[in-house]
Amino acid sequence: MPAATETIDTVQSLTQSGYKWGFETDIEMDIAPKGLTADTVRMISAKKEEPEWLLEWRLAAFAAWEAMTEPNWAKVGYPKIDYQDIHYYAAPKRPAPKSLDEVDPELLAMYEKLGIPLKERAALAGVEGAGMEGVIGSGNPDIAIDAVFDSVSVATTFRDTLAKSGVIFCPISEAVREHPELVRKHLGSVVPVSDNYFAALNSAVFTDGSFVYIPKGVRCPMELSTYFRINAKNTGQFERTLIIADDGAQVSYLEGCTAPMRDENQLHAAVVELVAFDDAQIKYSTVQNWYPGDANGRGGIYNFVTKRAACRGARSKVSWTQVETGSAITWKYPSCVLQGEGSVGEFYSVAVTNNRQQADTGTKMIHIGKNTRSTIVSKGISAGRSDNTYRGLVRILPKASGARNHTQCDSLLIGDQCGAHTVPYIESRNPTAKVEHEATTSKIADDQLFYCRSRGLSEEDAVGLIVNGFCKEVLKELPMEFAVEAQKLLAVSLEGSVG
Amino acid sequence: MLSVNNLQARIDDKEILRGISLDVPAGQVHAIMGPNGSGKSTLGYVLAGHEGYEVTGGSVSFGGADLLAMEPEERAAAGLFLAFQAPLELPGVNNANFLRTALNAVRRARGEAELDAVGFLRLARAESKRLHMPDDMLKRNVNVGFSGGEKKRNEVLQMAILRPKLAVLDETDSGLDIDALRIVADGVNALRSPEFSALVITHHQRLLDHLVPDRVHVLSQGRIVRSGGPELARELEANGYAGVVADAA
Ligand SMILES: Nc1ncnc2c1ncn2[C@@H]1O[C@H](COP(=O)(O)OP(=O)(O)OP(=O)(O)O)[C@@H](O)[C@H]1O
Ligand SMILES: [Mg+2]
Repeated sequence: MPAATETIDTVQSLTQSGYKWGFETDIEMDIAPKGLTADTVRMISAKKEEPEWLLEWRLAAFAAWEAMTEPNWAKVGYPKIDYQDIHYYAAPKRPAPKSLDEVDPELLAMYEKLGIPLKERAALAGVEGAGMEGVIGSGNPDIAIDAVFDSVSVATTFRDTLAKSGVIFCPISEAVREHPELVRKHLGSVVPVSDNYFAALNSAVFTDGSFVYIPKGVRCPMELSTYFRINAKNTGQFERTLIIADDGAQVSYLEGCTAPMRDENQLHAAVVELVAFDDAQIKYSTVQNWYPGDANGRGGIYNFVTKRAACRGARSKVSWTQVETGSAITWKYPSCVLQGEGSVGEFYSVAVTNNRQQADTGTKMIHIGKNTRSTIVSKGISAGRSDNTYRGLVRILPKASGARNHTQCDSLLIGDQCGAHTVPYIESRNPTAKVEHEATTSKIADDQLFYCRSRGLSEEDAVGLIVNGFCKEVLKELPMEFAVEAQKLLAVSLEGSVG
Repeated sequence: MLSVNNLQARIDDKEILRGISLDVPAGQVHAIMGPNGSGKSTLGYVLAGHEGYEVTGGSVSFGGADLLAMEPEERAAAGLFLAFQAPLELPGVNNANFLRTALNAVRRARGEAELDAVGFLRLARAESKRLHMPDDMLKRNVNVGFSGGEKKRNEVLQMAILRPKLAVLDETDSGLDIDALRIVADGVNALRSPEFSALVITHHQRLLDHLVPDRVHVLSQGRIVRSGGPELARELEANGYAGVVADAA
């Protein structure tokens, strides 16, 4: 109950411009010249002092990318991206910090401003969290955070605590050095370098991201979280995340992201790979809040992301939960390849579009093993002149006898200039499989708003209440402390959507 | 408290209120009766600020302020409450949460301190108990799956919690069983004070037996065609509108 009231408080505390994470930080940066060639790839690899195998891997990805064309099947429209007009590497000039004490104070201050206290003593008193709504992990003591600023990871907290239980949580560039056998074995094993245009691009030029390994039988003692911040101008952000849960391991991981308000569009093309072995469980939550552009559609992030999980082991389970409120364009389909017998894939999504935002998002559930199960709950909310598409594939392969899928796709329209579309693809090649699909579209009726207003609620409060009610099923899948933040974000992103 | 002066309103091109004048002094309860389609609900909507109706003339003063210049939520904050003839359903919105958000919005606008979750629940439970409503109605989604009578009782619960200065009750008695009718009437009577007024729209004398009005007005074709004391309602109950409406025509 308090959450909704807080939602309202947040709305009221905000100014018209809404996006309050839009400031720039003045940090001395090391930036590569614009443009992308094989030499850019070599330069990035050299900067990161990578082993030869990884350079080869990147170059193969680059060659694949050069031979591919940008996909155009999604229901999104944008001017052609000039890939030669982007910086592919930007890092704070200071040498990589060895401990939290060495992190540039400017950076610490920036994360502090975002509500991400990069201090392990944040556990005390909870004062750190004050006034830090809207971003994830605010002042919560039990979350280990990896902070990625432009192209590099600047700090990872609670590493020692985690190490005691054998959990590895570090920047992927460090994992390449410290745990090469794990990285080499799994990197690209879920999303191959030539999987798609943006994945190939990412594989060629990825700069940092998080690496997680949970050993056999270990239940990760705290929430893990990565916070991505794009700061530099005209740079792309290409992070790479790899999470491996060994037999019986369990982990809950959350990512969040923001960017300054800029008039030009910026490209974010991430790849996330999850691997779950026998009886392992991975819960991956995203609160996506990249700058969405202004009310007229100027600026904003192009969020072209490939996320996929391999449920390799028997009874393994991967659950994707996403709350997508930001970005000018979202192109994203977190997927599960359900290979292990009895493995389970879940996808819970709230995607909000307002003003001129466009989102084409959904999931793919590929049932390979026997008795695999998947659940899809998608809630699309469109307002303003935005366009919101759910695109989902459920594929049952011949060996997946007893496979089950249930899909629930609901769209909520606010106003009459926005669009909502549902595009389900169902391919079943096993007669014993059961696939169910339900879809609804509703509109917030003027009379519902009047009813609320006649009780004293402002129109925005009323929309907030109805929207939060509409998304409840998904929000409850988020770790509790993040659900509140997500509710606030929903309210903020729908500001000015009525009236 | 409420002073309506020659109020005219239409929807699309249809003239519905054709010059209504009405004074409800503080502390009084007035009843509005009249045939179906005469404009009773429209009057309630226009007072509450429904944007679908265009006010084409007249004025309304509420506690000295220009009611028609206010947004619907400002009218609520100023102490106006409309119990809907057909309460709306809000899927996914928890009733207690809705009520608390509304109450705190109103309290904020009135410069009063907000109630925390515990304080609110205590109040809501007490009020719903007084209205003999099961506790689980607070936990359910606003009006979703409520029976007709439950929806009406829920309106009265909202009124009891928001504590308006003027309540417009639009056929809150229709669809109520005999016991519920008494409970609802008791709910309104409990609010009665020199600072509270009510405009009770009804078709039935039986509500007015419990909730004795100071004045009764008969609305026909968008105009008040007759006003009188409580005996007018009994007369209508006995003879129907034919005489009254014909007199006026
Ligand atoms: N949205 C609308 N569009 C067209 N006509 C409308 C609309 N709303 C109300 N009306 C008309 O206005 C007139 C008055 O309606 P109103 O609901 O105020 O009547 P009422 O006195 O409350 O009737 P009842 O006793 O049946 O509740 C009716 O003729 C009705 O059809
Ligand atoms: Mg009516």
